[in-house]
Amino acid sequence: MPSNKSVSEAPITQLLNCRILRDHRLQNEDLWVREGKILDPEKLFFDEQAYADNQVDCGGAIVAPGFIDVQINGGYGVDFSQASDDVSAGISLVAQKLLEHGVTSFCPTLVTSPPHIYHKVLPQIKVQDGGPHGAGVLGVHLEGPFISAKKKGAHPERFLRTFSGPDTVMADLMDVYGGLDNVALVTLAPELEGSRWAVSELCQRGVTVSLGHSVANLSQAEEAVRHGASFITHLFNAMLPFHHRDPGIVGLLTSEHIPAGRSVYYGMIADGIHTNPAALRIAHRAHPKGLVLVTDAIAAMGLGPGRHKLGQQDVQICGLHVYVAGTQTLSGSIATMDMCVRHFKHATGCRVEEALEAASLHPAQLLGISQSKGTLDFGSHADFVLLDDELNVKATFISGQEVWRKTTQEQQ
Amino acid sequence: MRRTTSTKQDTMRLVILDDYNLASEWAAKYIRNRIIQFKPSANNFFTLGLPTGLPRAHPESYHSYMWNNFFKYIDIDPANAHILDGNAEDLEAECKSYERKIAEAGGIHLFVGGIGPDGHIAFNEPGSSLVSRTRVKTLAKDTIVANARFFGNDLSKVPTMALTVGVGTVMDAKEVMIVITGAHKAFALYKAIEEGVNHMWTVSAFQQHPHTIFVCDEDATLELRVKTVKYFKGLMHVHNKLVDPVLSVKDK
Repeated sequence: MPSNKSVSEAPITQLLNCRILRDHRLQNEDLWVREGKILDPEKLFFDEQAYADNQVDCGGAIVAPGFIDVQINGGYGVDFSQASDDVSAGISLVAQKLLEHGVTSFCPTLVTSPPHIYHKVLPQIKVQDGGPHGAGVLGVHLEGPFISAKKKGAHPERFLRTFSGPDTVMADLMDVYGGLDNVALVTLAPELEGSRWAVSELCQRGVTVSLGHSVANLSQAEEAVRHGASFITHLFNAMLPFHHRDPGIVGLLTSEHIPAGRSVYYGMIADGIHTNPAALRIAHRAHPKGLVLVTDAIAAMGLGPGRHKLGQQDVQICGLHVYVAGTQTLSGSIATMDMCVRHFKHATGCRVEEALEAASLHPAQLLGISQSKGTLDFGSHADFVLLDDELNVKATFISGQEVWRKTTQEQQ
Repeated sequence: MRRTTSTKQDTMRLVILDDYNLASEWAAKYIRNRIIQFKPSANNFFTLGLPTGLPRAHPESYHSYMWNNFFKYIDIDPANAHILDGNAEDLEAECKSYERKIAEAGGIHLFVGGIGPDGHIAFNEPGSSLVSRTRVKTLAKDTIVANARFFGNDLSKVPTMALTVGVGTVMDAKEVMIVITGAHKAFALYKAIEEGVNHMWTVSAFQQHPHTIFVCDEDATLELRVKTVKYFKGLMHVHNKLVDPVLSVKDK
């Protein structure tokens, strides 16, 4: 006799004829879903003596956990750093469009801005679940303003900040940002005076701290990691280049001074432009489990070529390149997440599973949410994508519900 | 339409195929044909006992084994899959309940099983009563050693007790099929069919069953007399009529 029966009457969906990513490999298994979560079919069979209410034929597709983008500045004309009165409308538009690229959760990113922008915009962005309306918001990524002037990239120098003193870091953070509710990630430069206390304070409040836009040496970076930092913002970009006697932030990939039980993750923009494929391969081979694909996409993503506004600056688009208007400084990318996954696999020659995990499992682990996101383990949220063998997105599901499907008229 | 089975005639068949894969395939086709001939509607079947004392989700538990190797590939109504529950509170009641469910389903039409190197059927170890029913059995050392490979070769981890259908339970089935492959089973097969009925080799009880099929590969026949093997190989053209043609639910 089965020992316990579940009391749920909710319908059960079985996805068959697919290859699912589980335990780091693609397996010929069916995927079972109920009430927005991945179900254990063996328990269902023996404990509940239940079977599927509906079956979905996946046509041999790959089923991977939905992609998670932890660095995206906007898209489709929306710039998250703009002081709009209706920020949530912009978030919703982007969230909806992201479904086409297999992204089921994301962190809207704000670049260096003056305090009044943060005070106006942040309260309007809330952590929320995804659904038919669009990808879920995991929290905001605050990239700056506590970064180095020497590596500001496209960030406006006049709004960069430093900490007034080791005892006042929280006051400084609150003064600039206005609050840390709904903040998932903060990027800062660890060589700034007092930043180690900022790292501690932020980590204690459950915010993931990332190192970036910095001229820190390896020791400074390692100290920040000791205080809780766990991510590197777009590795190689906006930091000192690797040097064999002082590898700088890049050296964290193989550092011996990472506290036991902890891991350092690093974002990479695999659009074929921000990082030379050889550099991508070096990083991947040095620390494959830490690689997190990010788009760092800007408002112009999804729009055509020309001049657009990013944060407090203007940018120019030529093909897949985006520059600070009038310069040769790269200003973010317009590659979509699925393009990044494909390019990453192609450039590194890695296995399909590795490419998919770099966009799902690793960002989930970074944010400490891999119990519910980033995998197809039993009990996880049923956010997943159907892909063909070339890793083009065919359909996107959130909480077990189909929220986007490629139609034959769809253009790339 | 040619009759593909002579269920009315009492038979002991020894079906010998060249290797493991061919033996498995022959057995599978036979079972398929029998299921279709049965015209299943409320389709019931049983599996044999499972080790007690194991959490159900343990990879070596019979539940996990049956799920991963069988149930997940078929669309049976889970309510029609009955496995002896080694985690039941009252094991004796569980065994009695199992016997009752068999009776309620109209008895076993086809019992399919293998044998151990010690000639046991299900977990009816040497010395078991040949008229036994479903019950709790202590496993023999041979069986524990044979199973150690599933438990990291740590003998202390191998279950020592199991629930099992009895020899008598299986004898009540209308038809019995035993699948035996591999040289390590050869001696048991010899004892099963060329020696007498003996409770030390419990599978020998089926010599007294009206309708038995032994399906084996060449290696399993290594301890049989050449005469026996030649005799039954000579009957393969008759045996093969049982699996050719392979029936379909769309027939008739």
